[in-house]
Amino acid sequence: MATSASTFSSATRILQPLNNNNNTLYGNQLGMSSCFLGSTKKLYMKTPFLSPNSKRRSKDVLVVSEVVKDKSCNADSSLSNLCHITWPLDNVLITKDEGLELYEDMVLGRAFEDMCAQMYYRGKMYGFVHLYNGQEAVSTGFIKLLKKEDFLVGVYRDHVHALSKGVPARQVMSELFGKSTGCCRGQGGSMHIFSKEHNVLGGFAFIGESIPVATGAAFSIKYRKEVLKEADCDHVTMAFFGDGTSNNGQFFECLNMAALWKLPIIFVVENNLWAIGMSHLRATSDPEIWKKGPAFGMPGVHVDGMDVLKVREVAKEAVARARRGDGPTLVECETYRFRGHSLADPDELRDPAEKNHYAARDPISALKKYMFENNLANEAELKAIDKKIDELVEDAVEFADESPHPVRSQLLENVFADPKGFGIGPDGRYRCEDPKFTEGTADV
Amino acid sequence: MAVIIQGIGTVTALNSTNSLDTNKTLFANSRRSLSDRKGRFFMVRSDGCLSYGLNGHGGRAEKLITNAVAAKEDTAAAYTSSKPGHELLLFEALREGLEEEMDRDPTVCVMGEDVGHYGGSYKVTKGLAPKYGDLRVLDTPIAENSFTGMGIGAAMTGLRPVVEGMNMGFLLLAFNQISNNCGMLHYTSGGQFKIPIVIRGPGGVGRQLGAEHSQRLESYFQSIPGIQMVACSTPYNAKGLMKAAIRSDNPVILFEHVLLYNLKERIPDEEYVLNLEEAEMVRPGEHVTILTYSRMRYHVMQAAKTLVNKGYDPEVIDIRSLKPFDLYTIRNSVKKTHRVLIVEECMRTGGIGASLTAAITENFHDYLDAPIVCLSSQDVPTPYAGTLENWTVVQPPQIVTAVEQLCQ
Repeated sequence: MATSASTFSSATRILQPLNNNNNTLYGNQLGMSSCFLGSTKKLYMKTPFLSPNSKRRSKDVLVVSEVVKDKSCNADSSLSNLCHITWPLDNVLITKDEGLELYEDMVLGRAFEDMCAQMYYRGKMYGFVHLYNGQEAVSTGFIKLLKKEDFLVGVYRDHVHALSKGVPARQVMSELFGKSTGCCRGQGGSMHIFSKEHNVLGGFAFIGESIPVATGAAFSIKYRKEVLKEADCDHVTMAFFGDGTSNNGQFFECLNMAALWKLPIIFVVENNLWAIGMSHLRATSDPEIWKKGPAFGMPGVHVDGMDVLKVREVAKEAVARARRGDGPTLVECETYRFRGHSLADPDELRDPAEKNHYAARDPISALKKYMFENNLANEAELKAIDKKIDELVEDAVEFADESPHPVRSQLLENVFADPKGFGIGPDGRYRCEDPKFTEGTADV
Repeated sequence: MAVIIQGIGTVTALNSTNSLDTNKTLFANSRRSLSDRKGRFFMVRSDGCLSYGLNGHGGRAEKLITNAVAAKEDTAAAYTSSKPGHELLLFEALREGLEEEMDRDPTVCVMGEDVGHYGGSYKVTKGLAPKYGDLRVLDTPIAENSFTGMGIGAAMTGLRPVVEGMNMGFLLLAFNQISNNCGMLHYTSGGQFKIPIVIRGPGGVGRQLGAEHSQRLESYFQSIPGIQMVACSTPYNAKGLMKAAIRSDNPVILFEHVLLYNLKERIPDEEYVLNLEEAEMVRPGEHVTILTYSRMRYHVMQAAKTLVNKGYDPEVIDIRSLKPFDLYTIRNSVKKTHRVLIVEECMRTGGIGASLTAAITENFHDYLDAPIVCLSSQDVPTPYAGTLENWTVVQPPQIVTAVEQLCQ
C-alpha cells in the first residue's frame, strides 16, 4: 500500500482492506454485490450509495489501490488490494467560484442538449444525435480540471465533453447543423467533434476505437517527456466511454498497455446502465467495471456519477496521479441518461420507475441544493447563470442557422493532409493541381 | 516462431531459384541485352526508366514536392556519377531507411510486435531498440487493433509512428482503426488533425505458410479513402519508399513481401527518397505493357526473358503505388504498346488488378487495341500444399502465354 495507496488517500480514510479474491467478503462488507445496480427490472439501488439524500454524501466512494510493484515485494503481496474508503465530502472545499463554474458548465451541457433535441425535431440537424442529459456531473467533474494542453477523447455522445473542454457552443452547434463554421467544417457531425485548439481528439462513432487513440495520445505525452526531453510536459489524456464499451476488447488491451507503460491517462467509464437496449447486467459477467482496474495493475475507483463534487474529488486524484507520472486510473461513474440512446430511440425499454429514480437525482439540482445549503450561492446568482447560458445557446443556434452551408470546393480539401495523395493524372501533373480539385468537381 | 522460420526458409528458396532472373531485371540499360549480363548486380533500372520519358513528370513532381521527396533524376544522377554504393538485402535496406529517418527526426518511432528486443520477425528493426531505446522502438503486446490505434493517437499528437504488422494479415484485426481512423479522421476533423503514420509489414503468398499468413491486404485496403498504399520490390525502392512514407503527412501503408526480404542489390551511398506516387519502369519495350508489383515483378521478368527469346519486346512497369495509380506512366506506356497485361498476386475479385483494369478502361480506352488481360491469384484460400499453392498464384509460363495471345 505504498505510493499509489497514498494517491487516493490524501482525502480518504481506509476503512477495511479486503482480499481481492474474496468476492463474498467484499460483497458482504460493502453491502454491494447483492444490490449493485439492482436487477434488470430494477436497476437502480436503494442503498446509501445512490441515495439522493445529501446527508449521505459523505459515504462510499470505492477505491482500489495498487501496491507498488517493488522488486523487494514478494509475489503474494504484489497484487492489488481492495479498499473501502470513506470520502469525507463534508470537508470538501469548493470555493464559490469553483461552484459557480461547475454549475455553469453543467447547465450549459443541459441547455445545449435540450436545444439540440428541439433543433433535431425541427429538421435543423440529421443523423444520429446522442444527448448527454443526466450525465453532466461526469463531464463537468472531470474535464473542468484539465488544462488546455490536456487531451480529451470521447465517443459519440460527445457534444458536452467538447463544451466542457472549452470548444465554443457556436462551433459545436454549427457542426451539428452541418455548416462550414462548425468545428469540423461540417465534415464530422454529431459523433465526430474535434478541436485541435482545445485538444479534443474526437468524437469516435464506433465503440472502443477511441480508447487506443487516447492511449496513443498518452503515449505521445510520455514520449515527449522521456524521449524529446520536454521536462515540463505533464499533460494528461482523458478517455470517456460507456458501460457498453467496457465489454470491448480494446478496453482491456489498452488497460493493459496503459498500466504496463504507466501512461498518463484516465479511463472514465460513464456507466449509464444501458448500451442502447442492452442492460449492463445482461451484458456483463461482473458488472462492477471499476474492478477491472486492479486486475490490470491500476487503481479502480467507483464513484457516484450523479454527484459532481464526488466525481471531481476522484478526478483530482486521478489527474494528479497521471501528472505525477504514476500512471493510469480507471474510474467508473455510475450515472444515467435522461433521454433515449439517441434521438431516434423511442426509449420504451427502460422501466419508468428506474427513470424516475434517477430523475430525482438530477446532478444539476443536487449541486444547486448543495450550494444553497452551504451558502455558496443564492437563487439570483444561479438564475443569472441560467439566463446567460440560455442566451449563449440561443446565440449558438442563430450563429449556426445563419452560417453558410459548405461549398462544393470544400468537398475534396481534407481527404489527404498532403493532396498529392490523389496521385498523378494522365497528363503527368498531380491531380490536385487540376482546377476541378479546387472546385471540388473532380471525380476521385 | 514457425512463421518466421518458414519465412526465412522461403526467402532462401526464392533466391536459389529466382535470383538470376532477379538480377537481370535490375539491370541498367538492359533494354535488349538481358542475356549477356548474368550474375551482376547493378544499381537498378532507373536509368532506363529515366531515359524513357519520366523526366518531365519528375520535374513537375519536384516543383510540387517542396521538402519531402527528392526528384528521381537527381538521385540517379548523383548515384551513377559518384561512388559504387553498397550492397545489402531488402530487409536491410528497409532498416537503413528507417534508421536514417529516426536519426533525422526524433518524432519518428516504431511500434509493433517484437520490433524491439527481438529485432522484428524479419529483422527490419534489428538493432534499433539498443540504439534508440525501448520507447522509440516499442515492443507492444499482441493487440493489433489497439497498438495500431495507439499509433494513430500518437500521430495525431505530434509523433510519426511506423507501425509494423508482424504479418500483414494480422492487420485485419486492426481494420477498423486503419479504415475509420487512419483513413477518415483527417477528413472528419475538418482537416484539423493529420495522421502521419506508416503501417508496414510482410504480406503476400510465401512458401507454404498457409491461408491466413498468405494474404494480400491491398485489395481490402484500397477503397479506404485518405490512405496511400505502396509496395516495394527491390532494396533500392524499399529504402526510398520507406523514407518517403515516413516523411509523408498522409497515412501510408507500405507492403513488403515475405519472399523478397533477402533480395540483394547495390544501392547508392547518398541519401535518396523516392516519390510515393510514381510507378517504376523496369523494362522499356514496345509490344505490350505489363503492369505488376511486388513479387510478381520477378515472375514477370522471368517470363520476359522467354518472351524476348521468342521475339517479343514487352514493357514492364512496377506500378509501386497501389493507391493512387500513376496514370501518367501507365498512359505513356499504353499509348505506345496499345496492349495491357496486368500480373498481380492479389485475388481476382476486387483486387488491385480489377481496379487497374477499370482505371485504364475509363481513361485510356481509345489507346487499346485489345481487351486488357488480368492475371491474378485464384479466388481460393491459399493452400498449404506446394503444388496447390503454385497453382494459386500466377506462374511465368502463364504470363508468356498471355502475352502471346495478346500480341496475336
